[in-house]
Amino acid sequence: MSEARRHLLAIADLERADVQRLLDAARAFDGSTAKLPLLRGSSVVNLFYESSTRTLASFELAAKRLSADTTSVRAAGSSVDKGESLKDTILTLSAYDPDVIVVRHPSIGAAQLVTSWTGAQVVNAGDGKHEHPTQALLDLYAIESALGRLDGVHVAIVGDVLHSRVARSLVRALGLVGARATLVGPPTLLPTGIEALGCEVSTDIGAIADAEVVYVLRMQRERMVDAFVPSLREYAAVWGITPERLRPGQFVMHPGPMNRGVEVDARVADSDAALVVDQVRAGLVVRMAVLADLVAGPATGEHALAEPLEVA
Amino acid sequence: MTLMSRNGRSDSLVLEGRLVAPAQGIDECLRVTVADGLIAAIEPAPASELVVTPAFVDPHVHLRTPGREDEETLRSGTEAAAAGGYCAILAMPNTNPVVDSASVLRGLVALAREEAVVPTGFMAAISKGQEGDELTEMVELAGAGAAAFTDDGRPVASAALLRHALRYSGPTGLPLALHCEEPSLSRGGHAHEGAVSAELGLGPYPSAAESVMVERDLALAALEERRVHLMHVSAAESVAALDRALARDVAATAEVTPHHLVLTDEAVRTLDANVKMNPPLRAERDREALRDALRRGAISCIATDHAPHARHEKEVPFEEAPFGVTGLETAFASLHTHLVLPGQLGLETLLERMSAGPARAFGLPEPRVEIGVRANLAVLDLRAEWEVTAEGFRSRSANSWLLGRRLTGRVVQTVADGRVVHG
Repeated sequence: MSEARRHLLAIADLERADVQRLLDAARAFDGSTAKLPLLRGSSVVNLFYESSTRTLASFELAAKRLSADTTSVRAAGSSVDKGESLKDTILTLSAYDPDVIVVRHPSIGAAQLVTSWTGAQVVNAGDGKHEHPTQALLDLYAIESALGRLDGVHVAIVGDVLHSRVARSLVRALGLVGARATLVGPPTLLPTGIEALGCEVSTDIGAIADAEVVYVLRMQRERMVDAFVPSLREYAAVWGITPERLRPGQFVMHPGPMNRGVEVDARVADSDAALVVDQVRAGLVVRMAVLADLVAGPATGEHALAEPLEVA
Repeated sequence: MTLMSRNGRSDSLVLEGRLVAPAQGIDECLRVTVADGLIAAIEPAPASELVVTPAFVDPHVHLRTPGREDEETLRSGTEAAAAGGYCAILAMPNTNPVVDSASVLRGLVALAREEAVVPTGFMAAISKGQEGDELTEMVELAGAGAAAFTDDGRPVASAALLRHALRYSGPTGLPLALHCEEPSLSRGGHAHEGAVSAELGLGPYPSAAESVMVERDLALAALEERRVHLMHVSAAESVAALDRALARDVAATAEVTPHHLVLTDEAVRTLDANVKMNPPLRAERDREALRDALRRGAISCIATDHAPHARHEKEVPFEEAPFGVTGLETAFASLHTHLVLPGQLGLETLLERMSAGPARAFGLPEPRVEIGVRANLAVLDLRAEWEVTAEGFRSRSANSWLLGRRLTGRVVQTVADGRVVHG
């Protein structure tokens, strides 16, 4: 994020200082629902080519908390349905001179490509199986909130790594802050070569024992069709996160939406060990921090000093 | 087989330079006199900075005609070939409609008579519609001038169909050119399986998707004692399979593309749609195996797999972009720059693999420098430096992996079938 027009496209583009600055800014926003004037007069367009609850709602709310004008365009029901190309959609939306375009797209590199067609700053809200940088940042935030630190924390990421942008961003983010990642899952869902990201890899669910945080990935039903796993039943039996597989003090995270009874036992999901709702809450302040950082500038800590515009 | 181009003049000219004709063992400064299209005299000449060489033969070109004339026509594609130093090219049948009947083939041959600047041969499909279900009318297609048979763009998924194709087409004497890809292993694949695809999340296209098919196809070629040509070989395992087959005297030839010889999957990190090809760019060890096989001659052909695509079709995210890049106008320069100049490949070997090698593999007349033959010559300026730009192509498409790169060495003149077609 060092070029003149800054974007947030991938954790791979960030340095440790960037992550720390964003987490600090998010921390300053936390605990208050006051509306801040930081982005008054700015506009944020959310362009979502895939369904989303948490990410879209939190980007909308984050922009509004910062007093930006915001609009959200979903591919379904838009010109995309009529075959409009990504390029033309971006050219069209850019004619409104938005300051930020937040884009979620099913294809790898879509957000990066968008930067070549718009003068807006671009935030990647998920590009295919590639990256989901704000998710990783909010996950770091939630981990730090729960454990009081990030350095040296061991996170086991369990499940369908192959198809997961969340896993790719999180492994990189953990590496940046000095935490340790171990990927655990069925051999067919652990991509060949993934250890190049600087993580450990295991097919044995026992590998979670050593972790302070067990991060559970969503297991999608269509994975049986391509014979990645024989059944959700066997997946749950071998890699499902049950109370019996956890030790006291371990935290459990999940990016949502959860398949209770598949990758995570309902008793775990509802237990105090689960940080799932904390993650959602972190999503709001982290996305406020990202938008403020991009539009208002990376002014460390100053965001907290901004006068509340109104109290929501 | 029919190689067809515009009926036209025969030219007279004199070419002078360092004549490098590796297949004939010639490397000396000579003056070649062409009279009415025929080589009339070869005489000693003073030292020169230009290289004169038998012109190139590309056994793997997509001319997109019929069906996608917005991407390439016989005229634009052969003008691109001329600019690249080619005197003969073979066009792929994966057009719309597919070249799977003699009537479509005859139409193309007739069109080539009107439009083709460089002699062009047309391959016909192995299976009707390239669907992999029924054989094309191979005997009639051969009679109509097919250069070879291929379902390129797609593999022949059924081993039984390929076996019958090899057996049935035997009497035609034409080779089968095989795009080796096991579709169940490549499905959803966009990049070589390895650290790069894992890190980016791109669907993996493992080397084995190619090499298991290479093994199968070579086994069937051995069984039917037929000649096969392996297209765009990309994986070290495929080279190993080819070596084993050649050691058993299987009649196999193979080609490699400039992009697989120069790039690795590291280039995919840019997510530039112009580095998306099928087969994908592979790892360093694969590239080394390909270079080694090319040096040894196990791979005897350089083929561009020139695959023009409309600009808007490549201006999309990587996974949505079609496979393929152009190459006719940059093949020599890219390989001279990236292999010859760094000492990875001798100039003579490069020239042989771009000319005599592919001609032999497909039974085409070998471009030779000999008194009395039609002139097929390329003149090369090995010192010329130039930048590849989207505006600089004769091709209708500019989806080159070399855009913005500087190259050293350029084709300055091409004589194809006795006519000056470039420079």
